[in-house]
Amino acid sequence: MKAAIVGSGNIGTDLLYKLLRSPALEPRWMVGIDPASEGLKRAASLGLEVSVDGAEWLLRQDELPDIVFEATSAAVHRANAPRYAEAGIRAIDLTPAAVGPYVVPPVNLGAHQDAPNINLITCGGQATIPMVHSVSRVVPVSYAEIVASVASVSAGPGTRANIDEFTRTTSRGIEEIGGAERGKAIIVLNPADPPMIMRDTIFCAIPEDADPDLITDSIARMETAIRSYVPGFRLLREPQFDAGRVAIFVEIEGAGDFLPTYAGNLDIMTAAATKVGEEIANAAAADRHVTA
Amino acid sequence: MQLRLTDTSLRDGSHHKRHQFTVEDVRSIVAALDGAGVPVIEVTHGDGLGGSSFNYGFSHTPEQELIKVAVETAQQAKIAVLMLPGVGVKDDILVSQDNGASIVRIATHCTEADVSVQHFALARERGLETVGFLMMAHSQPPEALAKQARIMADAGCQCVYVVDSAGALVLEQVSDRVEALVAELGEDAQVGFHGHENLGLSVANSVAAARAGAKQIDGSVRGFGAGAGNTPLEAFVGVCDKLGFETGVDFFKIVDAAEDVVRPVMPEECLLDRMALMMGYAGVYSSFLKHAYTQANRYGVSGAQILVRAGERKLVGGQEDQLIDIALELSRENVR
Repeated sequence: MKAAIVGSGNIGTDLLYKLLRSPALEPRWMVGIDPASEGLKRAASLGLEVSVDGAEWLLRQDELPDIVFEATSAAVHRANAPRYAEAGIRAIDLTPAAVGPYVVPPVNLGAHQDAPNINLITCGGQATIPMVHSVSRVVPVSYAEIVASVASVSAGPGTRANIDEFTRTTSRGIEEIGGAERGKAIIVLNPADPPMIMRDTIFCAIPEDADPDLITDSIARMETAIRSYVPGFRLLREPQFDAGRVAIFVEIEGAGDFLPTYAGNLDIMTAAATKVGEEIANAAAADRHVTA
Repeated sequence: MQLRLTDTSLRDGSHHKRHQFTVEDVRSIVAALDGAGVPVIEVTHGDGLGGSSFNYGFSHTPEQELIKVAVETAQQAKIAVLMLPGVGVKDDILVSQDNGASIVRIATHCTEADVSVQHFALARERGLETVGFLMMAHSQPPEALAKQARIMADAGCQCVYVVDSAGALVLEQVSDRVEALVAELGEDAQVGFHGHENLGLSVANSVAAARAGAKQIDGSVRGFGAGAGNTPLEAFVGVCDKLGFETGVDFFKIVDAAEDVVRPVMPEECLLDRMALMMGYAGVYSSFLKHAYTQANRYGVSGAQILVRAGERKLVGGQEDQLIDIALELSRENVR
């Protein structure tokens, strides 16, 4: 499937490397708006067609992508989304715009595989919502709370200017996809040098008499599912049970594609986007096979 | 010299009280401080608006109810709220304003001021008075701190505080930082200082800040705050009287308030003990204290070691969850 990346910042550039490795996806275009962008230079040297005229330019081309990965900002994606839809291009949205349904691959990708626009919530959401779901699929979770600690250097200007969008979007994802009745998200930026690897803590309120073994087993199965597409994801410790609460500690070491390995926040987002793109491409290939 | 004092016992003291303030606590403390002439009283969960959580501790009474009661009780004092971007959101600020708070204090780690830009913009647009907190100010040199202060001032902050969250700054280290901010901000914004008692220097540090040009100083009556406590406000008022600094606060009335009203609300005195000294010495966020006790008890490890390791890991405010990880790490090492 022919793919385009819109947005040439940290996320777009990290994604570029993952798409180049994917057997199912063929990245052909990368567009941005900053002529000095490191990402566009790298994309050009790797053989992609690039432009600094953004989605405008992309949509003017004779040949259009089948799928576009949006790594700009929520406002830009809201403006672009209808134009992709009109041109029949599937959109995978890595901004918090939430035009399409929220997707966390190991939880609900199947339900939205045919959606014209898919939203990936936030990096913190991709790392923690599956964990909330792993608890809520075995016991009721009345409240879940996540604390995401990320290295300052891996939080770009977009994240910083819109930190409220991170907390609000992630909280909603914890409820809608994680399955908690009420969700809360906290993000902390840590400037330690050398930079800290991304860490998340997930607290779930559970019934006092919940079976710890059942929950621990479900968490471990989810860890395996996430590791299938984010190899650097791991549980740091055994889940900790206290009165009416389980605490889960995870760390995400990035693949080091664009930013170094501490930037697990970028990695889990771009890995999720790649996974969604591949599933869409595989489903399309299977369809063609059936019709033929 | 004129100084404006802010009492934060009903915010920073929330850590010491494990966020269990009641409507009655707030009513009695606000009435006493207001009567003594304290011009600004901060009331919020210890970790700012929206801080009630597993990570920081759940509030006994919703903070917005406490803010409402404080506003109803105060005759002359303005009620301030604290907000940490990443924990609270803009809506929390709006609700506080609806409940009568008139000053919003927005706190970031001292290298991350740019996460506060949207909140300062909103606060100013809504006519709120603004204060910015550069937390853990000991961890950055004066010039770096001044650059971050500039980001806050440009975003609409009217007074940027050097916040010694770890109680780790020593005298000249305070004046150097305050001077750097004053030089950078000029007429654009005032400078403030928020001290902690973890090395026994909060009053002296506050004097150093005032002499270096700080116009706003924080304290908590009876030191009621995180770590070994905040600058004891009644002591600072007495010192200001001696030095001829005008605060507008009545020394005898605030001393009575500390003894008769605030002390009975405190679960125990804030102490300069081993744990608190570790925080000042290792540069650890003061609110980690109670959480370190909790995890030390839960996992049978040394609380002081938890704090020292928190300093080694360069944890910043908000990462209370990592204290559990440290306690588990220590307990595993002890088994070996």
